[in-house]
Amino acid sequence: MSANTTANATDERTRLEALWERDAVKIFVAFAAIYLVYAAIGLALGYSLDGIVNTLRRMTYLIAVYGMVTLALNLHWGYTGLFNIGVAGFMAIGLYVTMMLAKPVDPTGAAQYPGLGLPMPIAIAGGVVAAGLAGLVVAIPALRLRADYFAITTIAFAEIVRLGLTSGMAQQFSVFGAELGTGGGRGLTRNYGDPMNVIFELEAFSSFVDLTNALFGFGPTQARALAYSIVLVLVLIGFYWLIQRTSRSPFGRVLKAIREDEEAAQSLGKNTNRFKIKVFVLGCALMGLAGILWRFRRTGVTPTAFRPHVTFYIWIALIIGGAGSNTGSVLGSGLFVAVLFEGPRYVRRLIEEVVTVGDAPNTFAGAVGPLLSANPAPFLRYTFEEFLTLQFVLMGVALVLLMHRRPDGLLGHREETAAAIPLADRPVAETGAGPRPGGTDSDRGGDSQ
Amino acid sequence: MSTVDEAVNRGRNLSSEQFLLLVVGIGAVALLGDLILGLASGTYSISRVARYVTEGILYGLIIGLAGIGLSMTYSILNFANFAHGDYVTTGAFFGWGVTYLVAGWGVASVGPLVLVAPQREVSGAQLDVAITATPIAVLAGLLVAGVATALFVLLIDRLAFKPVRGSGGIPLLITSVGVAFALRYVLVFVYSSSTRGTTASVPSVDFLLVDGYVSIGAHDATLIVAAVALMLGVHFLLQRTKLGKAMRAMSDNRDLALVTGIPTERVIRWTWMIGGGLAGTAGYLMVLWTGTIDWQFGWLLLLLIFAAVILGGIGSIYGAIFGGLVIGVGMHMSMIWLPGGDFTTITAFLLMILVLLIRPSGLFGGKTTA
Amino acid sequence: MSDTTTEQSDSLTNERPDRPTDDVELAVDGLVKRFGGITAVDDATFEVESGSMTGLIGPNGAGKSTTFNCITGIYEPDAGTVTFQGADITGIRPYQCAEHGLVRTFQIAREMANMTVLENLMLPAKRQRGEALWRSVLPVTRREVVREERELLERVWDTLEFFEIQHLAAEKAGTLSGGQRKLLELARALMTDPEMLLLDEPFAGVNPTLEKKLLEHVHELREEGYTFLIVEHDMDLIMENCERVIVMHQGSVLAEGAPEAITSNERVIEAYLGGEV
Repeated sequence: MSANTTANATDERTRLEALWERDAVKIFVAFAAIYLVYAAIGLALGYSLDGIVNTLRRMTYLIAVYGMVTLALNLHWGYTGLFNIGVAGFMAIGLYVTMMLAKPVDPTGAAQYPGLGLPMPIAIAGGVVAAGLAGLVVAIPALRLRADYFAITTIAFAEIVRLGLTSGMAQQFSVFGAELGTGGGRGLTRNYGDPMNVIFELEAFSSFVDLTNALFGFGPTQARALAYSIVLVLVLIGFYWLIQRTSRSPFGRVLKAIREDEEAAQSLGKNTNRFKIKVFVLGCALMGLAGILWRFRRTGVTPTAFRPHVTFYIWIALIIGGAGSNTGSVLGSGLFVAVLFEGPRYVRRLIEEVVTVGDAPNTFAGAVGPLLSANPAPFLRYTFEEFLTLQFVLMGVALVLLMHRRPDGLLGHREETAAAIPLADRPVAETGAGPRPGGTDSDRGGDSQ
Repeated sequence: MSTVDEAVNRGRNLSSEQFLLLVVGIGAVALLGDLILGLASGTYSISRVARYVTEGILYGLIIGLAGIGLSMTYSILNFANFAHGDYVTTGAFFGWGVTYLVAGWGVASVGPLVLVAPQREVSGAQLDVAITATPIAVLAGLLVAGVATALFVLLIDRLAFKPVRGSGGIPLLITSVGVAFALRYVLVFVYSSSTRGTTASVPSVDFLLVDGYVSIGAHDATLIVAAVALMLGVHFLLQRTKLGKAMRAMSDNRDLALVTGIPTERVIRWTWMIGGGLAGTAGYLMVLWTGTIDWQFGWLLLLLIFAAVILGGIGSIYGAIFGGLVIGVGMHMSMIWLPGGDFTTITAFLLMILVLLIRPSGLFGGKTTA
Repeated sequence: MSDTTTEQSDSLTNERPDRPTDDVELAVDGLVKRFGGITAVDDATFEVESGSMTGLIGPNGAGKSTTFNCITGIYEPDAGTVTFQGADITGIRPYQCAEHGLVRTFQIAREMANMTVLENLMLPAKRQRGEALWRSVLPVTRREVVREERELLERVWDTLEFFEIQHLAAEKAGTLSGGQRKLLELARALMTDPEMLLLDEPFAGVNPTLEKKLLEHVHELREEGYTFLIVEHDMDLIMENCERVIVMHQGSVLAEGAPEAITSNERVIEAYLGGEV
């Protein structure tokens, strides 16, 4: 091999590496890989095109929603070191308040509770504000607590929210003469129009429906779902932009300093409590918004949707991606959904497609017994039957292994610059005095204008 | 400096804790006053309140018993173990498997018995499981619940916690959340997700109290006897043995304990085993008392256990017991004002949050009693 | 603040208090701090002159660090007053203390380990408009923030230059050596634009070469008009460099005066010999 080609190869390599350094490229490549694998498996199994696209659509929806919440949590934990494990509670408040504001004033049907009948945008704003206010209520007294106490307080708060929503007492109540209700354990039904109708009723949307019909053979319902997912991705980009800006600024610098050493930051003149309250409220409001977008098209909601499981998922996504990195948060959500959340279900469908599993024993004993006589089939069948249970085991084990092997996640080792400008080099100033230091570190950040 | 200035200064510095304490104090006095007046005027039934108190104490004993272990690991290993609630469930299943096996030997096949009848093949009532009818089965179950859980918890420490023990409280806490999740669904995998009845009805004694009866059943009595005996056992263990002294030393200052040659690894092992054993027996007793078993009751109990431990002060076993009783009684007493039972858990959580805000070190504050 | 960068000079800041040196910069009067049954600071009273370099010494457990913590608001004193430039600052929050122009360093350097040296130094600057969240986020105001950041960065580089640590700019603070961290802490404290600096054992664990450099910097800064109060174990170092020395013992001030007077003070000798040897 000539020296020339080797040089070219290394050249190519460095170029690729430089490209990989760009966060957008990282996200794009990772997601392209995930989608390709899913699509390839679907094709290999002879799934119809609309089926495959629909699978990817559902995944996009989940990634977008989890991505939003993970980004908000990253603002809390990754940047500021606020150990919030009450995520589900803030999401619940966002969605419930929005639904209660949007539901029509006159209930129809037995299981219906009245709302305030406000227009959707106002209802959404109300939900976001309510989640933010809930954050304020938690933050003001709790912020001076140690990280672990703070964690216990937030999870207790989330459970109080969930149990409060479940309780019969708030099923229906009145505020300032207006009747409202949480519906208690039965939850709330969406007895008003699809909140996405603003888009669906657009003239242009019908051509979108036609387009998806021509491309994937989608019906109107599927087309709507696809449009919804696309909107969520746009919102996710908005979240990313917002949080990236927040962290790459003097404000974000103080957040990082609080995470590193709050007392030292105080002694340097920073009123850290104020920063903590602000960032906690912001994060909670964003969690509320994500909670709203997560389920506001569903026919209804019950408090069980907001069990601590949701918080657990978000934490896994955050730790996969690496706390402290916004790009990591999005990547982590993608990997969590693709590998841990949707993956096992997809694999299960796959196996069902390929082999006939047969009847499983209905207890663990029935599965283990034959193992003693070297017959693994019943055990395998039982395992397959209980696949969804094992999925949760897998998630737990994944979290433990991550903490053992990679506590920094994929990108947590990479510290993102906490300044509104890149800090790589000394800016060329009029004086030009002093030797130029070697800003060799590929420490990029901020707005490169 | 004039005293007026000092007073102004103090007034300015009246901290939020003191303010909260004042509010809580006024609230507590108001509730107590209302209770006394209500009892005197007959608005609240005396026997009903007494029933709440009794139930609260029994519930509190379970929480306190489980809380001792959590408190010990919290102070000695320095992390909040979110898997502790699932240790409680695990212990209950281990123990009840044995109870079913002993009580149902010959009646049903071994598999379903050991798995506590996952498809409700038999029920506790069918097997006539009760402390009065099958005392040996119950005692054997209780013993196994303790011993097996102790060993099991040790195994989990080896697999999950020991490798990250050096990296601080927060990584350990996150790890424990993963352990909790995995363990809970392993229990579902093995024991199924159905809720089943475990005991036959037992005789009880009714006490007449002014306007009604308070009844104490045989299982209530078993719970009291077993819980108190175990608590006394732990007390003597910590106060009288060398191991107990080492544990207290470690909880006070781990580095110092290391320097002074206390075999920390052995102490940690025993901490896990004692804590796990107590969690397991607490789970067993809970099932004996309520008569039902399911896969997530321990998890649902976890935050209450945390509440008790924090209320009593992390590191104090007496604090944990006391905290458990306060939480248990408080939860049941809340039904006087908030009927229906929807708010019992909320009451407990609010109590815990208040304690964290007013006195984060707990009522028995500090780590002096182990 | 925005025009600090226009003029390049050895001076770090454009405005220095131009008061006569016999002015009292910091006055501590009857300070008491108890922890449980232990009285760590017991009726400590002393003054620090403007523009002076004052040493605070005393055997272990004399209450020096607790005094520092009481002055800077980390602890709230049980009694007594702290006056800074004529204003009563008793019991204020640490961040307010820094806002007044009174900044401290810590005994064990507390750099933000996972932030770069540049980030560490950009953090403390006062009145950063970008610390308001909305200004940093909204496009129009963001431009202003970016401009301010450029100016701030320029100031940071000047500071780096002053301390001759430009080569460390992009390093994470956690990777620096002990001595470099002490330098960084001093530089960071200076970035708050202080009037007075409280240094808690700034030379502990610093190698002799760096110690000399650090001392030079401190002297240079003092000549610019900064006031220093330094806690230090190394008696010789204090005696050689400070014009005034305060000796604490068992929570209260044992002696106060010029170094020569202190070294010949019977009670000081007794306290040191009796307490330590």
